Amino acid sequence: MKAFAALYNRLDSTTKTNEKVAAMADYFERARPADAAWALWFLSGGRPKRLIASGRLRQWAAVAAGIPDWLFEECYDAVGDLAETIALLVPAAPQPNEDPLHLWVEERLLGLRALEEDELRERLLAAWAELDRRQLFVWNKLITGALRVGVSKRLAVRALASVARVDAATLTHRLAGNWRPTAAAYEALFSADTSDADLSRPYPFFLAHPLEGEPAALGAHDDWQAEWKWDGIRAQVVRRGGRVFLWSRGEELVTESFPEVAESARLLPDGCVIDGELMAWKDGGPLPFAVLQRRLGRKKPGPKILADAPAALVAYDLLEWRGEDYRSRPLGERRSRLTGLLDSLPATDRVLASPVVAAADWAELEAARLAARERSAEGLMLKRLSSAYGVGRRRGDWWKWKLDPFTLDAVLIYAQRGHGRRASLYTDYTFGVWHEGKLVPIAKAYSGLTDAEIRRVDRFVRRHTTDRFGPVRAVEPELVFEIAFEGIRESKRHKSGIALRFPRMARWRDDKKPKEADTLDAARALLQAPAPARDEGR
Amino acid sequence: MTATEALLQLTRDGLFCPAGRFWIDPWRPVERAVLTHAHADHARPGSERYLAAAEGELVLRRRLGPEARIEAVPYGAEVDRDGVRVSLHPAGHVLGSAQVRLEHRGQVCVVSGDYKAAADPTCAVFEPVACHHFVTESTFGLPVFRWPETAEVVDELHAWWRGNQEQGKASLLYAYALGKAQRLLASIDPSIGPIWTHGAVENLVEDYRGAGVPLPPTRRVSEAPDGTDWSRALVVAPPSAHATPWMRRFGALSTAFASGWMALRGTRRRRSVDRGFVLSDHADWGALIGAIEQTGAQRVWVTHGYREPLVRWLEEAGLEARAIAARFESEGDDR
Repeated sequence: MKAFAALYNRLDSTTKTNEKVAAMADYFERARPADAAWALWFLSGGRPKRLIASGRLRQWAAVAAGIPDWLFEECYDAVGDLAETIALLVPAAPQPNEDPLHLWVEERLLGLRALEEDELRERLLAAWAELDRRQLFVWNKLITGALRVGVSKRLAVRALASVARVDAATLTHRLAGNWRPTAAAYEALFSADTSDADLSRPYPFFLAHPLEGEPAALGAHDDWQAEWKWDGIRAQVVRRGGRVFLWSRGEELVTESFPEVAESARLLPDGCVIDGELMAWKDGGPLPFAVLQRRLGRKKPGPKILADAPAALVAYDLLEWRGEDYRSRPLGERRSRLTGLLDSLPATDRVLASPVVAAADWAELEAARLAARERSAEGLMLKRLSSAYGVGRRRGDWWKWKLDPFTLDAVLIYAQRGHGRRASLYTDYTFGVWHEGKLVPIAKAYSGLTDAEIRRVDRFVRRHTTDRFGPVRAVEPELVFEIAFEGIRESKRHKSGIALRFPRMARWRDDKKPKEADTLDAARALLQAPAPARDEGR
Repeated sequence: MTATEALLQLTRDGLFCPAGRFWIDPWRPVERAVLTHAHADHARPGSERYLAAAEGELVLRRRLGPEARIEAVPYGAEVDRDGVRVSLHPAGHVLGSAQVRLEHRGQVCVVSGDYKAAADPTCAVFEPVACHHFVTESTFGLPVFRWPETAEVVDELHAWWRGNQEQGKASLLYAYALGKAQRLLASIDPSIGPIWTHGAVENLVEDYRGAGVPLPPTRRVSEAPDGTDWSRALVVAPPSAHATPWMRRFGALSTAFASGWMALRGTRRRRSVDRGFVLSDHADWGALIGAIEQTGAQRVWVTHGYREPLVRWLEEAGLEARAIAARFESEGDDR
């Protein structure tokens, strides 16, 4: 526990990715396999099922700290993180317990599950009494869920790869599925024979840059292939050795989460890798991203969700064919292979080719782009027909030509403190638009302002509070912000009757008075709009 | 209206003593002001006359200008203001910081200004003053604020400085220019390496030296010759210098911030510095409660910070407590 707490502290004291990876590598280098296995599991985002209700935890922490509940809540409100609040309040052990991580997890943490309340309380108070302040914080993080220390499975794997001398893709393969954090399983990760993983290995994704300026600058339009830019999850399907592997761009193996796609992919011939987009897809067309979202994070989707939110792989590119790496061949050739291949398959609508958008000139493409939203696409992709499938994000051959977001001017009406690095500052805002002389809440937004702007808004909130509802402050309607968002739909769950997708603050309109903000009618008009209004003199 | 309330009132210009016709840390220019200390949210320029502790006269003059009429009195000396006996007592916050004691017709009021209980080599230590009515700050008025021993923090700071030297990095330490910076300078071991200062810090370092506070040798960054090697240096600068072109000259560097707010992970991360050292010139929760108890006051006014929780805590302890407004309120990240 001590070494893991020290690792956490190191990870927490730097924002630099390389230093985080180095800290984890140092830990893996020294840790015993039984402890390293759990460390890897937690660092990769593993979390125990909820052990203790937050309300109970708060009550007991207040008891341990010897303060009334209301004062605990005040502290929690100021700190913004439950694990940290508890660690700052309960007395720390002068002589902390020296047990290794795996004992703390296996005997103490997992032992908390399914205990009666009295017993649970006693064990928890006993655990707190044995830890120093740094360990208290990490222990509380472990029992409350996420570590939130700016590392991901990808970074943990990268650190482990440098220690294990096994490449990251192999480790990812070995960690996929239901990996159990035991000493034996950890040691098996180090095996030098990588043939187990070679079969599943995807190619690095090739990414596009946003197009700035006019497309005509790219030259003749017929040197380019235009496709819809779908709003889903970029993925690769790998068909080798009689098996199917579905990888998401986050370098996660998601085969089991999308069984209908995997089943269709089994129809592909062996030795073939396809790049595409995982989408919610029904009756030959895309469903909104919100539908796909319901599939995310589900390891084994049930029949109901499979029927309500069916997924498909919409294919962009062919990376491997008959076991041969096709990436250096020109896109035109890869594309005709891909369509030929998919056309030859028995009927399936779970793996299908993303259509090419045909046009006589750039103007037609521009028109197609503006109509993208009707197809639930975010815009167009432009790919040079002669281009190879590269590595990473390189300028020149692939461009994303997205639609501008929708925007509305709205007034700040409520504010709430943020969490994590924004705890204690008012950073979470609710915005309203005018309707019958009143401001109706239309969106919540947290991002888009600079730190300096956040501090200014925070000061405004503190000085212009008109009412408080728990942690929420109502403020005088004075500040106007331009809210940008990607989509808008009807919603019965929202007071305004509409819901915005990805709202964020595009600009602080300190040139505008609250009366000049938009109305609900103006927002509703966007429900019908196929494309965002452009170039209104901005 | 009770006797002590008559002695002290909250007006739109701040705390006012009607019997003595003077304000304490007034928010706007007034005729007669008594100041607790020289920080900008307490010492506003423009009043006709000031009464302040002699120990802090130099730093106060830097804030108020050479023309300001300041009557500087030693700690403990009594001054008569229209029958109100006024005296200043060490608050332990920064050089010259004072609690203002008012006595009139047997009633005693103490306005503490900002204060801390911990020892500080650069100023007189906080002195508990018995009173009926105490006005306290509450900047860190929550039990999550519990300061570590200063010696521990200084050890961590030394380790950070030495570690940076080993990696060939300059050590850039942010600290409030008045008080915190000098306290740090007086606490660290100058044999580790050369110490440089930002101009805003150095001006006040000179005032501290002028007031007889021993500080290690320092040099202004602005006077460093071209090609200066910063890799072993400690540079002390105000927080406002962070992420400005000024800091580019140091090349490879590690940044740190010394403040009570560094006790919270959220504020530490939001500052985006490499290290946070928990060092405050304000009382932590335990010290606030202790100081209030020691005064024996039955009536407590709470200003500046987490007022409501402290008021409720005091009420539950049987005191008559009230939150009063502070004019210059902010998150107070720089303290």
